[in-house]
Amino acid sequence: MDFYLFAVLQGLCFSGIALGIYISMKIFNIPDITTDGSYTLGAAVTAILLMHHISAFIALPLVLIAGAISGALTGLIHTKLKINALLAGILVMYSLYSINLTIMGRSNLPLINVPSLFSILNISSNTNYNSFYILIVFITITTTIIGYLLKTDFGIAMRATGDSETMIRSLGVNTDRMKIIGLALANALTAVSGYLMSQLQGFTDISMGIGIVIVGLGSVIIAETFINLFNITSVWLSLGLVLLGAVIFQLVLAITLDLGVDANLLKLVTAAFVLIIIIIPKLKFNFLPKI
Amino acid sequence: MISVKNLYKTFNQGKATQVNAVNGISLDIKKEEFLVIVGSNGSGKSTLLDLIAGKLFADKGEIVLNGFDVSKLPDYKRSKWIARVFQNPFSGTASQLSILDNFRLASIRTQSKGLTIGINELFKKKVKEKISLLGMGLENKIDQPIGSLSGGQRQALTLLMSIMDDCKVLLLDEPTAALDPRSSALIMQTADLLIKEFNLTALLITHNLRDAYNYGNRIIMMNEGRIVQDINNYEKAKLKQTELYDWFV
Repeated sequence: MDFYLFAVLQGLCFSGIALGIYISMKIFNIPDITTDGSYTLGAAVTAILLMHHISAFIALPLVLIAGAISGALTGLIHTKLKINALLAGILVMYSLYSINLTIMGRSNLPLINVPSLFSILNISSNTNYNSFYILIVFITITTTIIGYLLKTDFGIAMRATGDSETMIRSLGVNTDRMKIIGLALANALTAVSGYLMSQLQGFTDISMGIGIVIVGLGSVIIAETFINLFNITSVWLSLGLVLLGAVIFQLVLAITLDLGVDANLLKLVTAAFVLIIIIIPKLKFNFLPKI
Repeated sequence: MISVKNLYKTFNQGKATQVNAVNGISLDIKKEEFLVIVGSNGSGKSTLLDLIAGKLFADKGEIVLNGFDVSKLPDYKRSKWIARVFQNPFSGTASQLSILDNFRLASIRTQSKGLTIGINELFKKKVKEKISLLGMGLENKIDQPIGSLSGGQRQALTLLMSIMDDCKVLLLDEPTAALDPRSSALIMQTADLLIKEFNLTALLITHNLRDAYNYGNRIIMMNEGRIVQDINNYEKAKLKQTELYDWFV
């Protein structure tokens, strides 16, 4: 059972990436893969600060800023230098590897016996349950802030930017600036996932971010399947489904491992799973009435 | 209201495909003037409108709007004065957003988009009232994504959105080109009504010569980036519809 609980905890840690990808991919329509780098960046900054006995609460804003800067860089390269968003993301992600290594000093930093976010409160004697409650509170606060933001005038303008650029420019919005802010926000959230994960697993590793973007993509696509199925327009429900998507994704991977699939094949299984959830909504089931 | 001086815009400069889209245009548009622009495809009408809106920047010449030289301002800054309705109904509205969200953005066109929630009951009531003027029954669908509406309905809403915030100049770039005759007529009547009621200065590009004849109080014809005909209100009243057709022969 603890095995599955840990999968849920991982899913909750990944909700930052899921929200980040939701913002870049669904709201701004930009394929952003800075993610791999900004996730590790968040984890690296967290590890270094915690090792120097800096509180997890002080580390958080610094992690947010670091993530935001990396996203803003991708945004600047994409909008000001007019470079394809995918390429801009690859360039920043690639260079972040060196930056992360420089921050960390070596490729792995253990966080044993270091006070972390999960040791601040002791609600339950079981460490996993304790982490679960803390993560739930943390993510509720984060999601509330993002949900509120998307409901404000600024948030509506953000959503319109990815939808119809012509329209929103004619309504007085600088779309370049908006995209830079959007990518900064998305990667700040991604860095928060790194912040949470490094503290949950008790270490930061330079390679922990490799291919992590697929976790975000998978979560968002699961959420989108539900959003399309039930014609959901509410911002709150959509964000909730993105979080749920992140947890479901990890649970499915846990089930696969539990079934005895070789751990070496995990990335292959993950990719296959993402492919399946993408094509499921496209299949036409005969027993459903045609619309 | 709008003063255009010696405007030039060339595409693909120096290449075999060079096009002098706008080739030395000077034009003075007075306040509350409703200018209709006609001309064959490639005559530079849309380029002229894009230059005025700031979507394109001129190679040479200046554009003065309401006393301000806006030649160097990008489109999103000129939106302080200018509202636009596009040829494609999808360009003027954001499909995935609700009618209400679209109207919210339009109602703060000239203002900054801040971190407060602007949609409240009062605003909803105001939007419903405005939309009910169209008589399309859309006032009960304000929470629906605007993408679920027809092209005609979307164009009508785009028109209405332009007067949600202070508007001096309304640019209409073939607003009825993608619509059926009935919707077209409705859009043109609504536009005409709004222009008169809100004392707007308006520019309309159209290929429909009957609309060009029926609406507006000044008409110009463009050809190869230049103005070749310019008929003011007094003369336009005397103009016959058949004469308009003759311009194109």
